[in-house]
This record gives sequence, structure tokens and C-alpha cells, in this order.
Amino acid sequence: MKKTLLASAIMATSLFALHAQAADVPAGTQLAAVQEIVRGGGSEPATLDPQKIEGTPGSLRAADLFEGLYNQDGDGNLVPGVAKSYTANADNTVYTFTLREDAKWSNGDPVTAHDFVYGFTRAVDPETASPYAWFIEIPSIVNASKIIAGEADPSTLGVKAIDDYTFQVNLERPVPYFVKMTSHQTMFPAPKATIEKWGSEWTKAEHIVSNGAYKMDEWVVNEKMVFSRNENYWNNDKTVINKVTILPIESPNAELKRFQAGQMDLSYELPNDHFKQLTRDIPDQVVVTPMLGTYYYQFNTTKAPYNDVRVRKALSYAIDRDVITKFVAGTGEIPAYSFTPEVVNGFNPATPDYATWTQKERNEKAKALMEEAGFSKSNPLSFTLLYNTNENHKKLAIAISSMWKKTLGVNVTLENQEWKTYIETKKHQQFDVARAGWIGDYNEASTMLDLLTSSHGNNDGKYSNAEYDKLLNEAKTSHDPSANYNKAEEIAIAQDMAVAPIYQYVTKRLVKPYVGGYFPNPEDKIYTRDMYIIKH
Amino acid sequence: MFTFVLKRVLEAIPTLLILITVSFFLMHSAPGSPFSSERTLPPEVLANINAKYHLDEPVINQYFYYLGGLLQGDLGPSFRYKDFTINELIAQSFPVSAEIGIWSFIVALLIGVGCGVIAALRQNSWIDYSVMGFANLGIVLPNFVLAPLCILFFSIYNHWLPPGGWNGGAWPYLVMPVIAMSTSYIAQIARITRGSMIETMHSNFIRTAKAKGLPKHRIILQHALRPAMLPVISYLGPAFVGIVTGSVIVDVYFGTGGIGQHFINGALNRDYSMVMGVTILVGTLTILFNAIVDVLYAVIDPKIRY
Repeated sequence: MKKTLLASAIMATSLFALHAQAADVPAGTQLAAVQEIVRGGGSEPATLDPQKIEGTPGSLRAADLFEGLYNQDGDGNLVPGVAKSYTANADNTVYTFTLREDAKWSNGDPVTAHDFVYGFTRAVDPETASPYAWFIEIPSIVNASKIIAGEADPSTLGVKAIDDYTFQVNLERPVPYFVKMTSHQTMFPAPKATIEKWGSEWTKAEHIVSNGAYKMDEWVVNEKMVFSRNENYWNNDKTVINKVTILPIESPNAELKRFQAGQMDLSYELPNDHFKQLTRDIPDQVVVTPMLGTYYYQFNTTKAPYNDVRVRKALSYAIDRDVITKFVAGTGEIPAYSFTPEVVNGFNPATPDYATWTQKERNEKAKALMEEAGFSKSNPLSFTLLYNTNENHKKLAIAISSMWKKTLGVNVTLENQEWKTYIETKKHQQFDVARAGWIGDYNEASTMLDLLTSSHGNNDGKYSNAEYDKLLNEAKTSHDPSANYNKAEEIAIAQDMAVAPIYQYVTKRLVKPYVGGYFPNPEDKIYTRDMYIIKH
Repeated sequence: MFTFVLKRVLEAIPTLLILITVSFFLMHSAPGSPFSSERTLPPEVLANINAKYHLDEPVINQYFYYLGGLLQGDLGPSFRYKDFTINELIAQSFPVSAEIGIWSFIVALLIGVGCGVIAALRQNSWIDYSVMGFANLGIVLPNFVLAPLCILFFSIYNHWLPPGGWNGGAWPYLVMPVIAMSTSYIAQIARITRGSMIETMHSNFIRTAKAKGLPKHRIILQHALRPAMLPVISYLGPAFVGIVTGSVIVDVYFGTGGIGQHFINGALNRDYSMVMGVTILVGTLTILFNAIVDVLYAVIDPKIRY
């Protein structure tokens, strides 16, 4: 049932995907007289300043208010935004974008290459203190790292406006996936005059100037944000919905109530414990799609016995991922045997051997490895499994620890910590095995694989393999890094089991049947301007 | 009376200062920081952010920066809602909670005192038992159960009221938050009123009034109610502060945008200035309303003089 649901959702998405880019209403569709939508927005975003946004709630709103060089369609493919086209030099280090001349800010000013130069520059400027400054560093834009470290002037960043409508980016090394990154808000243009006039106040509803399909009318913190059509948007003729209300609701249960009472048309998520009931009662309104992210358990490899690959493999093999995804998580998640999720663009992770075994075979192998490592039912391994306080993580931890107990006789103590404490604990390697999750920042395998390189700030388990590091380092300058990524996957998981992948995340939403043009993609870049309300 | 009020004001200053100091250092001793996140920031990026918010300096310096700002009425920038200052956030969310709170307070007071008096006058009758039964139910029924039940009944089964939102405080948006907020207070007030009323009705001056042949309604309204209200009033001071500073449950379930959720989220997010802001707000209100209660005591109870 869930698989069919997922499959039909994916199919529906890809059918429409060909046309995605502004609302493309299929012929014969009767539109509702009132084109207004109420969407769930997750929590209240920390900021609406594109260069400072971190987290999905912020990017969800920015996708409606602003537009970068390129957008993404339902499959995650690139669709021109402010840029009409681009050219790259032979070794992918210089990208030149030609901007459309009809792109305008909501105050009527043209969107020019200078606005992009300003946007990129302020993202790395230490004055801005953006938590996403590193996003400009990843594609190695010339001098980005030095500017962030305060060693170079922000004006020396490798971006320039050749003329008003030609924007050029210079990279220190070849980055073939650079253009994909431009659909991320950190690389959006910024309205210089407005920002300089209002300073940190510029994102307030009364000051903000935006270049997306919508402009902001109202922002009441923790109650709502209201957008209306930006008449100056270059593709305004193709926008159907006139008014967007985004409700910041952190509790999925509270959000569900709003949806059921008819106060919301498109939710942000849905409560896991209602999933079964909802798929039974309103199957056509539950939309589940794969997300670019993996839920996994990490091992503290600085500590015995987790520095022993046999122990790590045994623990990983003994997890019955089918049971976990079907019965414990139970909302359409996909079992994960590799670290990179399958939906990642342009890369198919090779299936590791253990994925093809039956669970019984895995359990046998796990027992043998555990014994080899010196643990048995009479001398059992005991450790603490750390997770951040959350009902779903708890359910998983209970299920997995009982699988470990049953198969390997391992004694697991569960420990939950409040979010910030949990982060600190992991950062200082004060754990044995810990729950972790990672959602990719851009649709390319390195967004996941980089995480396991020895110098990565989020490699809390301190996994370290020189060959792995070398492969990923080489991949950064390679035109076709797939081979490197596959080898890296093989080393990290099949060979070393640096972490135990458990499942691939999914986006799950409630969508009223009269909402058309909802095109979820793995990075969850969805635009209200693609949507329309069908007569109902 | 004037010296009494002056004394209370002067006492409030060191009390608040101690409150601020203790909260400030407690908050900063919690693990993590406002900017620690699962996605570890590169050290240079983190350094830039910390420098901007003075987090790179010793805590004691931060404490004095904070006090300096506070003296000018500046509660600082929010670490969580980066586009807003704490002053702006409190100015926006406190009136919402205060409006819900004041209505809830009025409802709780009227119904609570009413129920308490009726139960006391009909002590140990079926009326007493049923009224107090309901009151006890109100105490044991937490608002996180009541809130979703209200939505289920008023919004999903019957489309009578909007399930959430605030819309500037339009009345349909006010009804459910007030129900969720006032129920437990109704119950408490009813219980206290009942107990105190029973005690008063057995006192000598009521017996005298009865002996004089006064009509029952005059005995109750003129003679019994005033002294019976004293314990209720001492409860109402802190209760009022609690009720106008909102509830995280009400904010979460009804999406009202009130101040209640800032108490919890401020701490979870390590939004230092938010935690300080709401602590100072609640501290000040508590001191203020306790002082008001003391003054009311003097007005109501002829035995008390300052």
C-alpha cells in the first residue's frame, strides 16, 4: 500500500515535471474563483534574509519571495530563473550567466548582475556573520575562504558583473555541479539599496523588497506570514495563486487539526502516529516523496570496541531495516544500505553485498563477527545508545536495541538528551553509538559523502580513512566523479561500516485534492507559483 | 500606605537584580550555545557570528553588556528570531497572551467564585458534590488534553470556530484559548472560595448577622463574601501573572503567537536574551501583583493596616 502510494506519488510528480516552471494548468481544468492558498510552514524561520537563512522553514518561504539564477523542477532538474542561460569554460572554473532583462524587484527596480555580486559578497562578508557563509566556500569561489577568515577584503570575491545582465563566477577548482547550487537561497540576489537603508530591519514586512513571484504583506511571528502576488515578477502572467498564507506550526499534531478543520490546504509534514489512519481515510491527500537525506547510527570510532570494524559491521547487520521502515518508522521510509540516498542526482550508489542477503544471513554473519571480536552471550557487549529527545527516535532506539539484544545478546542502555546537549555530547565524542541524520544541502553525492571525511566538522564518530579522503578530494576536481563516489561508498559502508545507515528520509505532506501543481523534489524546493486551486 | 508602596518598590530592585544575575549565569552554563547546530559551522564562520553577538568575550563581560543595555530598556537581539529584537517580540506576543489571559481571568473569577459560593452554601448536598466534582475534573484535565478536544469538537466535528490563528484577537479566535486557559483556574478558585466561604459562614459575626434577622442575600453579599475572598485574593496575584503570561500549550495548539511558547523555546534554543526577557517580565509582574494583593488586603480586611 505504502509502496504503491509512494510509486504513484513519484509517477505523478515526474509526469508533471516536464512542465514545471510557473503554474502550468492542464487544459480543461476549472480553476476556483478565489486563488488563495494556506500552507504549513514548519517552525518560524530564524530569518528571511536569503544570505542568512538556514533550515527548511526559511528556504520554503524564500522560494516564494526570492528567485536565484536557476530553479528546480519536480525531478530536481534545473530550470532557468533570473538567468536565461549560462556558459562554462572548458575546465568548469568560470561560469558566465546571462540574466533576463525583464526580471524586477517588487519595487520595480531591475534585477541586475550587481545584485548577485552584492548577494554573494555579503554571504561571505564577516560583517554579515551568516551561518551559511560556507555555502559559497563549497564550490571554491575565488577567495571565499580567505574572506570568511578575515584574511581578504570581501570585494575580492571571485564574482563580477561584466555588464548589468552578465554575471560571472570564478572558481578556484573545477566544480561541475556549481549551477545546481544556484537554486539555493544563499546564492540569491540581494536588494542593496533596501538593505543599506534599513540594515537588519530590511526583512520586516514594511521594508522588504523581493524578486520572486510573491511579496510580503504581513509577518506576525509565530502566527502567520502573508504574501501577495508580485506584479513586477517577470513571469507574473503565469502565476495563478494570488495570496499565500504560511502558518508557522511546529507541532505536526496541531497542524493536522488545522488541515482537518479546512483551515490549511498544504501541510508541512504529518504526524507519524496518524500516518496509517490518514492513508486509510484520505489516501488521495497523503503525498510521500523521497528526500535527499539519510537516517543513521554513528559509531564513536575513537573508542574501543567501536574502532573494531567487526563490531560495527555486526551491529549494522543485525538491524532489520525492513521491519524498521515498515513497522517502526512506518511512513513510507526507504531502507538504507548505503550512505548516499538513491534519489541523489546523477549517481547510483552500488548496492553493497549485505543489502542482498536475507536478514537471517545478516544475523548469522553478525553473530560470527561479534564472536570474532571477542564478545559472546556470556561476555556481552554493553553500551549506551544516545539520541535526541523525540518520540520517533525513541521508538527506533527501542526496536533496534531489542534486535541487538535478541541477535547478539548486546545490552544497550538508551539515553536521550535535549537537542543542544545532544549536539555538544556528540561533538566531544562522549558517546558510544548515537542516532544521527543528515539532509543534503545540494543534489550531489558529495553533500552526503563529505560528511565522513576525516576533517569534516560533522564527522562526530571521527571515522578516518586516508583512501576515502583522497577519493573525495579527487572527486572535487573530476569531471565525472561517479567512480570515486562509488568507491568511497564501498569503503565507508561495505568495507568499514563507518556508520550504520538505517533509512532514507521521505517528505510526507497532506495536500487537499483541489491543490494543483504541487511538485515535490528531493531537495524540497517547491514553489507556490507552480500551484493553482482547482474549482471544488 | 505611601511608605508601604515605596518600600515595596525599593525592595523590588535588588530582588530583580538577583533574579537577573542568577538566570543569566544559569542560562549561560547550559551546554551548547545559540549557534550550536547539528550542522557544525566552520570555525571562521562561527567566530564571525560569536563576535557579532559578543559571545567570544568572557561571560562576565557579556553580563555587564546585558545590564548596560537593560538600563536603557534594551533587552537585546534575539538569537533565534534574528530579524527581531526581544523588545519587538515581547511587544508583539505579550499583548496576545495578556488578552487571552485577562478574558480567562474574568471568566475564571466569575465562574470560580460563583461555583465556590454555591457549593459552600449548599455544603454536602448534591449541588456541592456536582460543582466540586466538575472543579476537580478541571484540575486533573490538563490543557494539552483540553485544547485538542476543543478543536475536535468546535472546529472539526462542528465548523463553529476556527481551529487556530489570532487575527488581531477577533472573538472566534479567542473562545477556545480562553476555555483551555481558564478551566484549571476556575477549578482552583472554586475550591479555595468554597473552603473559605464555609469557614466564614461559621464565624461569630455571621451568627450575629443571622441573629439580627438580616435577609440571607445581604448576609452573604455584604458580610460573608468580603472576608471569604481574602485567601482567593492571595491566590489571584500569582495566578494573574501566570494567566497573562500565557501558556505554551495554548500557543502551540491554537497558533495564537502568544508569549507562552517563548518560555520553552527560548530555553531549548539557548536564545539567551529571550530567556532573560521573559524572566524579567514574569519577575516584574510577580513582584507587582504581589504588591497589589497586599494593598487589596488592606482595603478588604479592616484588621490590616500598613
